[in-house]
Amino acid sequence: MRRSTLIFLALLALSTAAVTVMAGGGLISTSFVKTLGMTLCLCLAAVAMDLVWGYAGILSLGHMAFFALGGYMIGMWLMWARTEAIVVQALSGQPLPPTAEEIRQGIGGQIFGVVGTSDIPWIWSFAHSLPLQLLLVVLVPGLLAAVFGWLAFRSRVTGVYLSILTQAMTLALALYLFQNDSGLRGNNGLSGLQNLPGVSAPQEVTALWLFWASALALAGGYLLAAWVVGGKFGSVIRAIRDDEQRVRFLGYPVEGFKLFVFTLTAVIAAIAGALYYPQAGIINPAEMMPIASIYLAVWVAIGGRGRLYGAVIGAAVVSLLSSWFTGGRAPSIPLGFYTIDWVDWWQVLLGLAFVLVTLLAPKGIGGLFR
Amino acid sequence: MSALLEVRGVSVSFDGFRAINNLSFAIDRAELRAVIGPNGAGKTTFMDIVTGKTRPDAGDVIFGDPPRSLLRMTEAQIARAGVGRKFQRPTVFEDQSVFANLMMALNAPRNPFAVLRFRPTSRHRDQVQDLAEEVGLAPHLTRVAGELSHGQKQWLEIGMLLAQDPLLLLVDEPAAGMTLAEREHTTTLLRRLATTRAVVVVEHDMEFVRRLDCRVTVLHEGSVLAEGSLDHVTADPQVIDVYLGRG
Amino acid sequence: MRGLLPLLLALVLALPAHAQNVAAVLDVHRDQIEKPSRTSIGPVIDALAASGDPLAATVLAAWEDRRLGVLEDGTFVLTDGDAATSLEGQPVAGKATVLRPNAGVRGLIAGALVQFQLTDPDPAARVAAIDAIARNPSADHLPLVRAALEKSPDPALERLERLLTLRFDPDPAARVAAIESFGSSLSLDVRAALNPLLATARVATVDEPQGNIAREIPVSELGRVAAYDLLVQAGLAPARLTREAAQQALVAHIQNGQVAGIPVASLNTQDARDAAYSALEASGAVPPAATEDEVDAALASATFAEIYAEPEAQVTDAARAALRGIDAKVGAMQAADLAMDAVSLASIYFLAAIGLAITFGVMRVINMAHGEFIMMGAYTGYVVQQVVPNYTLSLVVALPLAFLVTFAAGVVLERLVIRHLYKRPLETLLATFGVSILLQQLAKNIFGTQARPLTAPDWLSGSLVINDVVAISWIRIAILVLALLFLGLYLFIMRRTRLGLEVRAVQQNPTMAASMGISPGRINMLAFGLGSGIAGIAGVAIGLFAQVTSEIGQQYIVQSFMTVVVGGVGSIFGTLAGAALIGFLQKGIEWLNPSNTLAAQTYMILFIIVFIQFRPRGIIALKGRAAGD
Repeated sequence: MRRSTLIFLALLALSTAAVTVMAGGGLISTSFVKTLGMTLCLCLAAVAMDLVWGYAGILSLGHMAFFALGGYMIGMWLMWARTEAIVVQALSGQPLPPTAEEIRQGIGGQIFGVVGTSDIPWIWSFAHSLPLQLLLVVLVPGLLAAVFGWLAFRSRVTGVYLSILTQAMTLALALYLFQNDSGLRGNNGLSGLQNLPGVSAPQEVTALWLFWASALALAGGYLLAAWVVGGKFGSVIRAIRDDEQRVRFLGYPVEGFKLFVFTLTAVIAAIAGALYYPQAGIINPAEMMPIASIYLAVWVAIGGRGRLYGAVIGAAVVSLLSSWFTGGRAPSIPLGFYTIDWVDWWQVLLGLAFVLVTLLAPKGIGGLFR
Repeated sequence: MSALLEVRGVSVSFDGFRAINNLSFAIDRAELRAVIGPNGAGKTTFMDIVTGKTRPDAGDVIFGDPPRSLLRMTEAQIARAGVGRKFQRPTVFEDQSVFANLMMALNAPRNPFAVLRFRPTSRHRDQVQDLAEEVGLAPHLTRVAGELSHGQKQWLEIGMLLAQDPLLLLVDEPAAGMTLAEREHTTTLLRRLATTRAVVVVEHDMEFVRRLDCRVTVLHEGSVLAEGSLDHVTADPQVIDVYLGRG
Repeated sequence: MRGLLPLLLALVLALPAHAQNVAAVLDVHRDQIEKPSRTSIGPVIDALAASGDPLAATVLAAWEDRRLGVLEDGTFVLTDGDAATSLEGQPVAGKATVLRPNAGVRGLIAGALVQFQLTDPDPAARVAAIDAIARNPSADHLPLVRAALEKSPDPALERLERLLTLRFDPDPAARVAAIESFGSSLSLDVRAALNPLLATARVATVDEPQGNIAREIPVSELGRVAAYDLLVQAGLAPARLTREAAQQALVAHIQNGQVAGIPVASLNTQDARDAAYSALEASGAVPPAATEDEVDAALASATFAEIYAEPEAQVTDAARAALRGIDAKVGAMQAADLAMDAVSLASIYFLAAIGLAITFGVMRVINMAHGEFIMMGAYTGYVVQQVVPNYTLSLVVALPLAFLVTFAAGVVLERLVIRHLYKRPLETLLATFGVSILLQQLAKNIFGTQARPLTAPDWLSGSLVINDVVAISWIRIAILVLALLFLGLYLFIMRRTRLGLEVRAVQQNPTMAASMGISPGRINMLAFGLGSGIAGIAGVAIGLFAQVTSEIGQQYIVQSFMTVVVGGVGSIFGTLAGAALIGFLQKGIEWLNPSNTLAAQTYMILFIIVFIQFRPRGIIALKGRAAGD
């Protein structure tokens, strides 16, 4: 194993332990534990992005869509199971014990009332089962990525064209989910996901559980990514990034490699999303708009692509800074004639930083460690 | 005895311009062949067609044993079937080490899952070491390919071509940017390779072609103008006309 | 109501002879007039209108206008502010309490007033009266309209007469003639008059259905439940036992945690509940519910039909025939309308994409901030309108100014950022994205998040109305013209000017171009500025019909890129074809699924993804080496 991987895992373990201790001692709030856990999930998505873009050269503007799809898939179960508990509780006061159909109707009314229906869409067929829905976390984004990737790669769409196409796919998906009859509650999205069904432990405890799970997933994802890029496979995908025609003349089925990486990273992003949204508590289609995926690319670029730890650094630093600045906690700077309020100016700063990093430090922060 | 590669009546045009016009060409299993011709004669397009980069409008390309048409195959499939290509400008993966470049080219299963599981054994390492010695890059194995000199990149690319162990080698201007001693080495190498496989060399440099001492095919305006020994073709009035005359 | 008197006098002659004094009528109905209610005031208003007194119209108009008042002694007067006059117009002293009828009552008064207005010498008043009747026609209007028509023949009035005739004339033949007189007119009012004639109701009978039958309906089409409900409504069958009723019966018979010997806890399936109910039935505790066989028998013996509310078959036949003709024509017109919608959407996409056709299509620079240049153009238009209040003049100023502003922004972006990234296209994408979020946030900080209006001058508002189906707003026509203008401008610049020649030269071979004395840097800068400047003008045009926000560019950017990619990079006619394809496609999908424009966009993008499979280089593909692999 590479030294950087070991260092990374050690640091991750250390900080996880530190957060656990501090949270137990009441030094950091539950909401901050959640923020940190969410950051770890974003880091995992960034690792996937680095793999597909930094290593294989596919600038996907769709990986946050896979991330959100993962969130939706787990969110369906979370919402279903919790609503079921509520409905059963409410119906238990009646003289006759409720039938399965009555419970379903109750759940339908509760979940889909906001979009003016109580019919349960067919896509919720598996929502009652955690194992099936967990399977869908992997299958739905994986299949979508595989089909889209197969179509795009076999017609040799590359470079910026591929980016535009992935952006279009993401936009199509988001617009679709914005509809009320998409079956996923339109722009209301899914909510109340922070409550783990069947768990009576308080939020401060479940927040830590999810934080650990996120850390574990990041460690696993990082190890997997490091293993993938470490050997000849990594060599081939980097070669594809630099000159894919030459790789074809070496006899490698370039499209197969791209499709493999695209699908694998989509699944990793989906798993990250499935861990992220129970901590965020709510998911809606706005999270899926292309801009989110572009931000993911921004993090990876700032952190330094082509290096897994660079992606993690970029995602962690930029997303934590973003939530600090836009959360209104950053002190305003009075200039006398004008006060710089960071809520308004952070995006400007970020955009500027991004242009400067691309121009002056194409290797990002991670490049400084070399 | 059937030919290893047979190009039959191939034509291709770009926006009305006929780059290749009813070209026919054949080469045996173990033969060295030089292809010469003025600029725009269609030498590079000919290679593009054989390697699958360009699809011809008409004609057929038959390769291998049993003979198969290459027209329905992708570039990668053609490469796996045993056609290796060296580009005019050295194209190696500059971001990666000489070792990684050679290891990638080394003959081994090419599908993603096999590559994912692949871990180099000592036999693979030895093969890479031997190849590096053959092309004079043994001391540079750990260096990043981008740091190599132009000539060294040429050699690295030749080394990668050898690692593929192809049945047919297409070599585009191998001598460009090489010192005299290196040219000598290249000539020897190409002639030795041609004892076990087919080698097609596209070259401008007549001196280099003379050293190769092999059959020569002269292309002009997308079709074969003359074929035979160098002395034979250089005596051909048509060839003289094309090279020296109206151009 | 000055000139109304002679006409009113003429009208009086046509009215019944028992003319009454309005003041007397008012006096009789004093209580109701002072505290009118919508449900009971009708006869009073009718009595006033029918009084034959020439003052009736004045009084009614004043009442509706809230200008009718009552003095303390109970005399009705007309008020004008604090002043009061008698009904005849003489000033009177005293303080009047103004009557304030509510909106419903005023509506009724307005309806009664219409008959006086139909013959008003003021054409505008006549038109208003005709419109008022057409909006809310009733059988009572027919004699009024005919009387007015005799006095003053007027095409609009004549038309109204026919519209009323086809609905309310007692003679079916007259109605059929009226229906046929319209042919297949596309007017909304004709369709509005015809449609109620064909209104149907579903009925169930056990014998032959009576009335003007539209058709009989088989049970299979109605569905068993709906069919049986009809029978129940008609009183031909007993109501079925509903689930709720059965459940209530079960609950009512819970004894010691059991229903008919079955434990309540086990009643958590419908089957168990049905079994429990059957058990109750068997014990006689509840009345037996209709069985499925009984339902089937009842359904089999009954006939279901749709009956026209209109009893005359010849009228409904004529109406159906007329509507069929109209529908066919409306369909054709709607297709034309849809096509024009699509053209205008295509011209918007084209306008948004034409700048990209230069920067992305020719220069191969992917500028994610292109949408923000559109936004800058739109905001430039907004700012100009703040300074120049005349909308036409401000538009004349804004268009070139928007070009200059975004041209400058484009040049700055090219010099500072893009110039350094020509070899790294993916990084251009990211850097310009950075510029995009920066510009968006700057716009938010300067102009706020709420939408800013960019108002079109009057001559651009409104539509070119061809008939009641087809209408095109002038803005959209202007955008189409603008798009065509820019197509011409682009072709002129690229094919006829030195700049165009140099742009193409630099694009094909920068080194060669440089050796011929062309400065590639300068040319790239100008070309990028030009593309950006056109985006700015597009921004002004888009801002005229869309809300100007910091996100206005984002709504067009993906579609714009799609337009260029689908059309074929590097060809302006490709961009045009791409815009047309996307515009028509989106409108076509919207037509198939009109409720949902979001879905239309989704399916359109999916189509594009599939389209690229078959034509990766777009509709108009450059082949060979020029395409640049």
